[in-house]
Amino acid sequence: MDNRITPQNSLVSVRNLSFSRGTTKIFDNISLDFERGKITAIMGPSGTGKTTLLKLIGGQLYPDQGTISVDGENVHQLRRAELYNLRKRLGMLFQSGALLTDMNVYDNVAFPLREHTHLPESMIRTLVLMKLQAVGLRGARNLMPNELSGGMARRIALARAIALDPMMILYDEPFTGQDPISMGILVHLIKSLNTTLGLTSIIVSHDVHDTSAIADYIYVLSGGKIVGQGTPKEIQQSESEWVQQFMTGAADGPVHFHYPAKDYVDDLLSSGKRY
Amino acid sequence: MTAFLQYLGQSTRISFTKLGRASCFLLQILAGILSLLARPRLLLKQLYSVGVLSFLIITISGLFVGMVLSLQGYYTLSDFGAEESLGVMVAASLVRELGPVVSGLLFAGRAGSALTAEIGLMKATEQLSGMEMMAVDPIRRIITPRFVAGLISMPLLAALFSAVGVIGGQMVGCGLLGVDEGAFWSQMQSGIDFKDDIINGVIKSIVFGFVSSWIALFEGYDAIPTSEGVSRATTRTVVNSAFSILGLDFILTALMFGEH
Repeated sequence: MDNRITPQNSLVSVRNLSFSRGTTKIFDNISLDFERGKITAIMGPSGTGKTTLLKLIGGQLYPDQGTISVDGENVHQLRRAELYNLRKRLGMLFQSGALLTDMNVYDNVAFPLREHTHLPESMIRTLVLMKLQAVGLRGARNLMPNELSGGMARRIALARAIALDPMMILYDEPFTGQDPISMGILVHLIKSLNTTLGLTSIIVSHDVHDTSAIADYIYVLSGGKIVGQGTPKEIQQSESEWVQQFMTGAADGPVHFHYPAKDYVDDLLSSGKRY
Repeated sequence: MTAFLQYLGQSTRISFTKLGRASCFLLQILAGILSLLARPRLLLKQLYSVGVLSFLIITISGLFVGMVLSLQGYYTLSDFGAEESLGVMVAASLVRELGPVVSGLLFAGRAGSALTAEIGLMKATEQLSGMEMMAVDPIRRIITPRFVAGLISMPLLAALFSAVGVIGGQMVGCGLLGVDEGAFWSQMQSGIDFKDDIINGVIKSIVFGFVSSWIALFEGYDAIPTSEGVSRATTRTVVNSAFSILGLDFILTALMFGEH
């Protein structure tokens, strides 16, 4: 059985993408595909530009080279109005939740509905309560964002992300800094929303265990390149030393424990200079 | 020497790029004004937090500035036996200069810094970015209403400042120092010209409101999204607004009152 994604059934396809910040190359000619209806994970150590990739897909950043197409549309050649129309069909879950702090939970979830539809308040109410029910926080509708725990904030943000019934959700580090229970809830929610709403999900994460539990396909990025890809099983059995180190969390390996520096002994003995 | 030249060139280039970004930002703000008309509620909320909440500081400061003006003016004027001109002196200083300038400075300190901190923190907590991903233009939804609110509030606050200042001047002048009340008001009435003094003062306050709201919002929007970045941006807002207000005041005064 071939698990490789073919371009035909991919919702998002990234082709020959290069992106750099200053002199640092964040992506160096990479190509990825994200299949419709599946959960695809992008993994890699912190600082490999995983969030940057989401921002590129959402059209918030422009690539130096290469193309990104979402549902057949080249994101970076769209006019502003078209890009905004595309974004209405995307949901993004930010690491912090990015809830609007001057509104309560209810108004936050209602925000995209009020901005983009002309529905009467009674219908907005029904929709908001349905979305909040889906994430289990219907009872928290009157709280303000500063009264929520990190896990709750992310669930509210998830309710807001699905408010307009998007075709795809981008998750930026959804599991970071969560206690085991919140983590379990989020893992369950992401999986079940994907199935019940027929979504396509892209998860950016460095949490190996929980992400592999729900992902259908995984890309492992490092140093601007794809160092491994496949189903979670294939990744676990990968022969790449690098992928092995990442999956098992060994302290030293192809990724060195030490930040590049000059020779240790020389450094200690070179007295006189402050640095 | 080369290092110095390099530094000079680089900092000039950075300042000019920033000015360019600020100008583009302003154009985007202005482009959003029409769509704001369809949603007056957004504006009302900002008029409250930018304008109404500055009410107290403007009133109290205006009162004291008027009182001090009257006190100082009296000592100088009485040397020449011209105490009756106290009214026109107080009113002219307030309406032409102190009203717009001092309330502009207070506005930058009270409302401008709050705007920068608010926008900067919204940026730091990804709220602006989140809005963009929800296909809501943060400039139209967040920035334009605040800008228009600043533009409307500032002339009103300056007028309030001058009015309260005149009352403060009258209290001290007539109540404490014994200037004749009839002379105080009638001299003021004949000495202050509606077009030359009042309208010019209003124009000044509109300009200051425009500039300080623009600076405050841009600094917040352009802030480095960390706590240090936001704190620096807030400082820059107050410093740059103060410089711009004082500099522009000189230019505007030269243009408006130069012919006399």
